Amino acid sequence: MELDSAFWIILTGSLASASCALLGTFLVLRKMSLLGDALSHAVLPGIAIAFLLSDSRAIIPMFVGAALCGLLTTLLIEAFHRKWNVQEDASIGIVFTALFALGVVLVTAYAGQVDLDQECVLYGEIAYTPWDTLIWNGVDVGPRPVWILGVVFILNILFVCTLYKELKIASFDSAMAMAVGVNATLIHYLLMGMVSLTTVAAFESVGAILVVAMFIVPGASAYLWSDRLVTILCLAVLFGVLSAWVGYWIAGIWDSSIAGAIVTVAGAIFLLSLLFSPNQGVIARLWQRAALSVQVAQDHMLLALVRRFEVDETHRSSREELLQAASVSHLVSRLALRSLEKSRLVVHDSQGWALAAGGKQEALRLLRNHRLWETYLSGLGLPENRVHGPADAVEHFIGRQLAAELGAEVDQSMDPQGKRIPLSDD
Amino acid sequence: MLDNALRFLSLADANVRFVLLGSLLIGATGGMLGSFAVLRRRSLLGDALAHAALPGVALAYLATGSKSLPVLLFGATVAGVLGVLLIQFITQYTRVKADSAIGIVLSVFFGIGIVLLTHIQRAGGGNQSGLDKFLFGQAASMVGDDLRVMTVLTAVIIVAVLALYKEFKALIFDAGFLSTLGFSARKVDAMLMGLIVLTVMVGLQAVGVVLIAAMLITPAVAARFWSERLGTMVVISTAFGGVSGVVGTFVSSLAPRIPTGPVMVLVATLFFVVSALCAPSRGMLARWRRHRHNAERERRHHFLRAFIELSNKESRNTLPASSLAVELGWKVSRVERLGRKLARQGYAQRSDGLWYLTDAGVEEGIFIVKSHRLWEHYLYYRSILDADHVDRPADEVEHLLTPEIIADLEQILAEERGIDPDEVVNIHGTLSHYRRGGRE
Repeated sequence: MELDSAFWIILTGSLASASCALLGTFLVLRKMSLLGDALSHAVLPGIAIAFLLSDSRAIIPMFVGAALCGLLTTLLIEAFHRKWNVQEDASIGIVFTALFALGVVLVTAYAGQVDLDQECVLYGEIAYTPWDTLIWNGVDVGPRPVWILGVVFILNILFVCTLYKELKIASFDSAMAMAVGVNATLIHYLLMGMVSLTTVAAFESVGAILVVAMFIVPGASAYLWSDRLVTILCLAVLFGVLSAWVGYWIAGIWDSSIAGAIVTVAGAIFLLSLLFSPNQGVIARLWQRAALSVQVAQDHMLLALVRRFEVDETHRSSREELLQAASVSHLVSRLALRSLEKSRLVVHDSQGWALAAGGKQEALRLLRNHRLWETYLSGLGLPENRVHGPADAVEHFIGRQLAAELGAEVDQSMDPQGKRIPLSDD
Repeated sequence: MLDNALRFLSLADANVRFVLLGSLLIGATGGMLGSFAVLRRRSLLGDALAHAALPGVALAYLATGSKSLPVLLFGATVAGVLGVLLIQFITQYTRVKADSAIGIVLSVFFGIGIVLLTHIQRAGGGNQSGLDKFLFGQAASMVGDDLRVMTVLTAVIIVAVLALYKEFKALIFDAGFLSTLGFSARKVDAMLMGLIVLTVMVGLQAVGVVLIAAMLITPAVAARFWSERLGTMVVISTAFGGVSGVVGTFVSSLAPRIPTGPVMVLVATLFFVVSALCAPSRGMLARWRRHRHNAERERRHHFLRAFIELSNKESRNTLPASSLAVELGWKVSRVERLGRKLARQGYAQRSDGLWYLTDAGVEEGIFIVKSHRLWEHYLYYRSILDADHVDRPADEVEHLLTPEIIADLEQILAEERGIDPDEVVNIHGTLSHYRRGGRE
């Protein structure tokens, strides 16, 4: 029984997470996360009224009530925004808080009469799933929420598969969508309809507020890992299911709400993606930035050496001089110097530091780039004494191709200060 | 229930006075700060902030075991600010957009809060219920000490808003101007954000994390309908918020089970609905009336112009409804109906089954014909459009041209084309005969 109930709860959580993640990805991509948030709050009065009228948890009245509320929300937000010039986020805020407040009042006012309370609204009753069984033809066919969420999950998959192209194009380029005849408004309302439907299905299990996280968080996490829609969708579903599993496990260990724990895990997955995603992640970006500043520091040191070399071929620079030349933080310049030494671009003896053969070639290339750019800028009309700064910033990014083009463009012999431009090595 | 209401209204109970005063302060500061928050387009940041505060409340309780308001609010503030900073971090460093970032922080922090709260409930035994009020708010739970904390905080907020009013105003309407005055827009923005944080914290206990955003947004948007001036808007919004706070608390006290927050929000929403419907000039009714007025004027213009064109063509000043109907492309009954209306308003008269225009009708009619013709000329001579294509645009514009614009058009056309304004020929070549006093 213990294992059995765990199975059903995890299945319910996974189905809810996966259904939400599938649609939520599109909410994230279409910048409609807050509309999704509003919608999942605003269906509450619909659900509550359906409860009161039907005196039961019959699913059909709940779907109808929620769908009507969802439609009302979308229309009202649109109307306030378009007709009354209320800012979009303010109109979202007004509509969903009003409807949600109404829902909470209804739920609490009639709390004695219906099997629905504040706790359920807030974080659902996923723990009771195994006991809420569906009897069909006198046979126990498993928990009711599993059936409902299963059907909704399949509907969502069908929705995404059938309208995949339309959803994709409407998500990434709505102007293009209109131009090729995709009815973006229809797609919008269909998506909102599916979001309402899914909210209702997930409501009993996870409540009206936490469901927002299930919609948005896995999609946003997946968005950090990939640029392909299919991959994003699969990852989002995977993240959703994963958070349901781990969430259940954590809620068991640290006695607490399962739905809350699922959302917490989803949040943790987002945080991990935020930090570690290979090209969007914060750490990857910081790493790229650090690598770049080391590169820049190296370039500056090579340039400092080659400028001395131009004047005096036997010159040796001191370590301090070189670190100074990098004009970045001490740590970065030391790293840069070590890396120059390691790649044998510079050598040092007792008298100080000088360019190695390979380093000289590289340094001359940089110097050429620097002076070409100065000459080019001066040709554009920039005064002589203003061309050094920009060239200092750009020299690192001038590739072979651009250098060749610049060389063809400007007089190659002298830079604006009258210094010789080193010849190209190819 | 009646007893309850009476006890409440008599203000005999000291606690009732605390609660009412507290709700008034909460609603009013919410309304006041909300005006700035909404105009600065920060509406939903308040929502994220409030939701993010929940785990802070729970952690503060877990860490200290104390339920005193300052301790819990301190935790709430730390968590809320952390949430807001995280939103900024996410939008700045990743491609996740602001709306998703708000949604993520809001729901995940809330989820963490729920985990902590349910854990406290299940592990804590008897005295766990105290933290629940932070979800949907329980104004009745405010006592004297809470009120003292709140009064100090609201006083700080009010003084700060009064002191920084000009800076906030500049920030909202023209942040660039603010920097030219020598202020750092970022600092002023941060101060506004700080005050919003403080406002949310003040209201947390009575309104709850889930709905407190509405106390920032709804009164402010409602007030926006009534005024175009920031000062007036702030005052109205503060009043709306204060009244919502008091009425919400009163109503929810009638049925103790119902939490305060949702009721306050519903009262504020009522203000919003009434404002959206009834506010002068921006309200729906006023707009509808204006729209109807314009439509009526357009119909009148069409009638008068058609009358004058037709009477020029046929060189007679009384016309049957049937020929007017042909000219206008309307049904005869519609022409008759409009004619009767115009007769009541003194533009037209009917005798022996034929219509003619009164002096007022002729005057306005000639003005409209002239507007139409002059605009046609203008479009044509400025080579914007071909002769065949100028009638429709002129049809639309003729209603909007003021005497000043007409004067300008006359001058332009007289100077550029030597057109005599009193002899405006339409560009299809027909002469307009109908003159003032031309009626036999």
